[in-house]
Amino acid sequence: MLTTLIDLLHGPLKPEIMLVTAAMGLLMIGAFERHEDGRTIGWLAVLFLALTGLLIAVRAFNFPGAHDSAFAGAWINDSFARFMKMLVLIGAAGALLLSFAYFRDLGAMRFEYPVLILLSVTGMFMMISAGDLIALYLGLEMQSLALYVVAAIRRDDLRSSEAGLKYFVLGSLSSGMLLYGASLLYGFTGSTHFGDIAAAAGALTAGGPNIGILFGLVFLLAGLAFKVSAVPFHMWVPDVYQGAPTPVTAFFAAAPKIAAFALLIRVLESALPGITSQWQLIIAFMSIASMLLGAFAAIGQNNIKRLMAYSSIGHVGFALVGLAAGTENGVQGVLIYLAIYLAMTLGTFAVILGMRRDGKYVEEIHQLAGLSRTNLPLAVLLAALMFSLAGIPPLAGFWAKWFVFLPAIRSGQYVLAVIGVLSSVVGAYYYLRIVKLMFFDEPVRAFDKMPSLATVVLGIASAFVIFFTLFPGPLVAAAERAAHSLF
Amino acid sequence: MTGTPWLSLTTFLPLVGALLLMLMVRGDDAAAQRNARWIALWTTLVTFAVSLVIWVTFDPNVPGFQFVEQHPWVGGGISYKMGVDGISMLFVILTTFLMPLCILASWESIGTRVKEYMIAFLVLETLMVGVFCSLDLVLFYLFFEGGLIPMFLIIGVWGGKRRVYASFKFFLYTLAGSVLMLLALMAMYYHAGTTDIVELLKPGTFPASMQFWLWLAFFASFAVKMPMWPVHTWLPDAHVEAPTAGSVILAGVLLKMGGYGFLRFSLPMFPAASFHFAPLVFGLSIVAIIYTSLVALAQEDMKKLIAYSSVAHMGYVTMGTFTLTTQGIEGGIFQMLSHGLVSSALFLCVGVIYDRMHTRDIAAYGGLVERMPMYAVALMVFTLANVGLPGTSGFIGEFLTLLGAFKASTWVAFLATTGIILSAAYALYLYRRVIFGVLEKASLKDILDLSPREIAILAPLVLLTIFFGFYPSPLIDPTASSVQKLIADCQTGLKIAEAAAAAQVAVLSP
Repeated sequence: MLTTLIDLLHGPLKPEIMLVTAAMGLLMIGAFERHEDGRTIGWLAVLFLALTGLLIAVRAFNFPGAHDSAFAGAWINDSFARFMKMLVLIGAAGALLLSFAYFRDLGAMRFEYPVLILLSVTGMFMMISAGDLIALYLGLEMQSLALYVVAAIRRDDLRSSEAGLKYFVLGSLSSGMLLYGASLLYGFTGSTHFGDIAAAAGALTAGGPNIGILFGLVFLLAGLAFKVSAVPFHMWVPDVYQGAPTPVTAFFAAAPKIAAFALLIRVLESALPGITSQWQLIIAFMSIASMLLGAFAAIGQNNIKRLMAYSSIGHVGFALVGLAAGTENGVQGVLIYLAIYLAMTLGTFAVILGMRRDGKYVEEIHQLAGLSRTNLPLAVLLAALMFSLAGIPPLAGFWAKWFVFLPAIRSGQYVLAVIGVLSSVVGAYYYLRIVKLMFFDEPVRAFDKMPSLATVVLGIASAFVIFFTLFPGPLVAAAERAAHSLF
Repeated sequence: MTGTPWLSLTTFLPLVGALLLMLMVRGDDAAAQRNARWIALWTTLVTFAVSLVIWVTFDPNVPGFQFVEQHPWVGGGISYKMGVDGISMLFVILTTFLMPLCILASWESIGTRVKEYMIAFLVLETLMVGVFCSLDLVLFYLFFEGGLIPMFLIIGVWGGKRRVYASFKFFLYTLAGSVLMLLALMAMYYHAGTTDIVELLKPGTFPASMQFWLWLAFFASFAVKMPMWPVHTWLPDAHVEAPTAGSVILAGVLLKMGGYGFLRFSLPMFPAASFHFAPLVFGLSIVAIIYTSLVALAQEDMKKLIAYSSVAHMGYVTMGTFTLTTQGIEGGIFQMLSHGLVSSALFLCVGVIYDRMHTRDIAAYGGLVERMPMYAVALMVFTLANVGLPGTSGFIGEFLTLLGAFKASTWVAFLATTGIILSAAYALYLYRRVIFGVLEKASLKDILDLSPREIAILAPLVLLTIFFGFYPSPLIDPTASSVQKLIADCQTGLKIAEAAAAAQVAVLSP
C-alpha cells in the first residue's frame, strides 16, 4: 500500500498531487495567518499553477507520447490529457492574473478565491484524465462545486449571488441527468470503465441500435452539453456570465469549458466509438443550434459580458463541428479551436477588465465608443481580437475555423458546414459592431489606465492571435499528437 | 527563377512602410501628418519601382509561372508559394501603380487620423498584391479575405454620411460570398491533397460532378466581388461613401479580384462546369450591361453613376471570360486593366471637384469649362475612354470581348453592344451637365483649376489611357502565351470530362 503511494508520488500523478497539496497548504496559510488581503495567496497559486505546468511539460518532453494510467485505468494520462491540462492551466493562470486589480479595486480579494481556483483546476484535471464513469463524475463535481462558490464570491452583490445560485441549481440538474445516463450505460454494459463500455456497446449494438445505450447516451450528452454550454442547455450562460465578477467570468469562459470539452471528447471517442453514427447526429444538431443561437442572440446584446456569453455559445457550436466529424482530424481541429479560443477569450476579458472610469467598472458596449481616439493601441488590439473571433484571416480565429470545418467537409457533413460558415457571417455582424463603436463613433471619455497585469495578458494573447499565421506548425503538431493518442 | 524574391519583396514592402509609420510617427499634429504622408508616398513609390523590375524581367514567352518562391508553412500540402504568370503579373503592376496616386489624392482631403489612414492603405496594398501573387489556395484566401479589414476601416472611418451602413454592407456581402468559397477550398484540398495552385491547375484534377458544386461556391464569392448583377448592390453604397482614394482602390483593384478569380480558378480548374454555366454568366452579364447602364442614366450623384457604370463594364469582362476564346479572355483582361485606369481616373476627377465644393450632386455643377479648362480636358479623355471611343484604352477591351462574344453567340454580342450606346448616353450626359452649360451658380464662380499635385495625379492616367488605346501590345503581349495555355488546358479538361461521361454511359448501357 505504502509502496504504491510512493510510486504514485514519483509517477505521473505528480501534477495532481501538487495541486491538491498546494490548495490545502494555501488554505491553511490563509486561515491561520488571517490574510485579509489574498494577494500573496493569489501569487502563490499562480506560481503553483506554473510549476504544475512545468511538471507536465517535463513529462511530455522526457517521454513523448507516454501513456500512463493508474487506479486500474480509471485515471489516464496521455498526450491528449497533457494538451488539455496545459490549456486549463493557461486559462486558470490567465484568469487569476486578471483578477488582482479587479478585486483590489473592490477591496474584496479574499484568500479563498485562489484556493477555490486551484481546487476546481484539480477537478478539471480529474475530468480530463477520467477513464471511468465514476472518475468522470468525481472530477466533474469537484470542479463544479468550486465553481458555484467562485461565481458567488462577491457575497454582498446581488447579481453575483444570483449567478452562483442559478449556476448551482441548474448545474445540479445537469449532474443528475449525467448521472442517470451513466447509470443506464453501466446497467446495459455492465462496466463503468470506458474501454469495457466500448467493447460491450459494440457487441450490443452489432445488430442495430440498443435502446438502453441510446437512452444512456442521450442523458450523458445532455449533462455534458450543459457543462460545455451547448444549445439547448445554454440558458444559464448569459446570466452567470453577466452576474459573476468579471475575472470569474473570464475563468468560466476559459478553463472549465476546455475541461468539459475534454470530457466530452474522451467519453465519445473512447467509450462510445462503436455508435459514432448515433452520437454524431446529436452533436451535429447541438452544433448547428449553438452556432445559430450564438450568432442571432448576440446581435441585440449591449452588455459586453452578456455578448461574450452568447459569443461563447456560438464558438462552442463551431468547436462541435470538428467533433461531429467523428474522426481523428476532427478531434485535432477541436483541440486547435479550443487553444485559439482560449487566447481570444483571455485577451478580450483583459480588455473588459480595462474598461474602468474613475475606478468604476463599466460593461455597456457603447462605453467603448471612440476608443481609437482615446487609446489607439487598445482599440487596435481589441479590433484584432474581434476580427479573430469573427474568423477573418489572417488572424488566428480563421485557422480555428479552418481546422474544424476541414474534417467536417472531409467526412461529408456539408449541411453542417454550410450552415456553420453562414452563421459565422451573421456572427461577424456583432463583432464588427464593436469595431464600429471603437473606430467610427465619436469618443466618450477615456478609460482609466489599464491595470498592468491585464496589459500583459492582453499583450500575450493578442500577439498569439496576430502572429499565429506565421508559425502555425507547433500547435498543429501538438494537437495532432494529442488527438492521435485517443485513436 | 532568380535569387531575389521579387514578389515577396513587392508584397511585403508596404507592410514594412506601415510598421515604420506605426513606430516612427507620433501624434496627429501637422508635422506628424506631413511625415506620415511622405513616408506612405515613398513606400508606395519604391514598391512601384520594385514591381517594375518584375514587368521588365518577365519573360512573355513562358506560359507557366515565373518568379516562383516556395517555403514550408502550415504543412500537409499547404505552403507559402508565390509566383506570377501573364494573367496575374499586370494586375500586380496595376495595384502598385495606383497606390501612389491614391496617397497623393488623399494628400489634402484627409485631415484627421492621417497616420492610421496611411497604415490602412499600406496594409491593404500588401494584401492586394498578395492576392495576385499567391500560388497556394489558402494563402490566396488569406490575402483575399484579409483585405476586408482595412477596407472596412477606410470606408467606416473616413467615409461620408452613410459610411457605417456602407462599410457593414460591403463587409458582410463579401464575407458571405467568400465563406462558401472557403468550404470549396477545403473540399479541393481534401480531394487533391494539396493546395498548390500549380498542381490543381493540371487538367482533369476534379471530376465533373464535383466541379459543379465547386464552381458554384467560387462563383458566389467572385460574383459578389466582381460585382455581377444581382449581387452588385453593395458597390454603389461603398463607392459613394468611401473617400476618393478608397473608391479608386475599390474600382481599380478590388473589383478585378473577381475577374482574376474566374480566370485563375473557375475556368481552368472547373472547365466542364464553366462550359455548363456559361449561358448563365452570359445572361447575368447582359442584364448587368443593359440594366445598370439604364440605372446609371438616372443617377444624380456622380460617384454613384460611375459605380453603376463599373458594374456594366465588369459585365463585359465576365462575358468575354466565359466565351473561352482567345479574344474574349484577352479582351477581358485588357478591359479590367483599362477599367482600372479609367474608372480610377474618373473617381479621382470627382474627388477633385468634391474637394472644392464638398458635394457630388450633379445638379450643383455646370459650366465648369469656363473656370477649369484643364480639368475639362482630363475629364473628357476619361469620359470618352469610359464610353469606349476608338483611340482610348476602353475601346480595345470592349472590342475584343465583343469579338469573342460573336464567336460564342450572336445574340449575346448584339445585346451587349447596345450597352455601348447606353454608356455613351450616360457618360456624355454627365459630362454635359457638369462641364458645359452656363456657369450661373455663384458658388462656382471662383473655383480653381487643377493644382500641380492634381496634374501630377491625372497626367500619367491621361497619357496611359491614350497610349494603350493606340498601342495596346504592352498589355496584350505578356498575357498571350498564358491565355493560350489557359484555353488549351480548358479544352483538355473538357475532353477529359466528356470522356468520363461517355465511359459512364458505356457502363450504364449494356
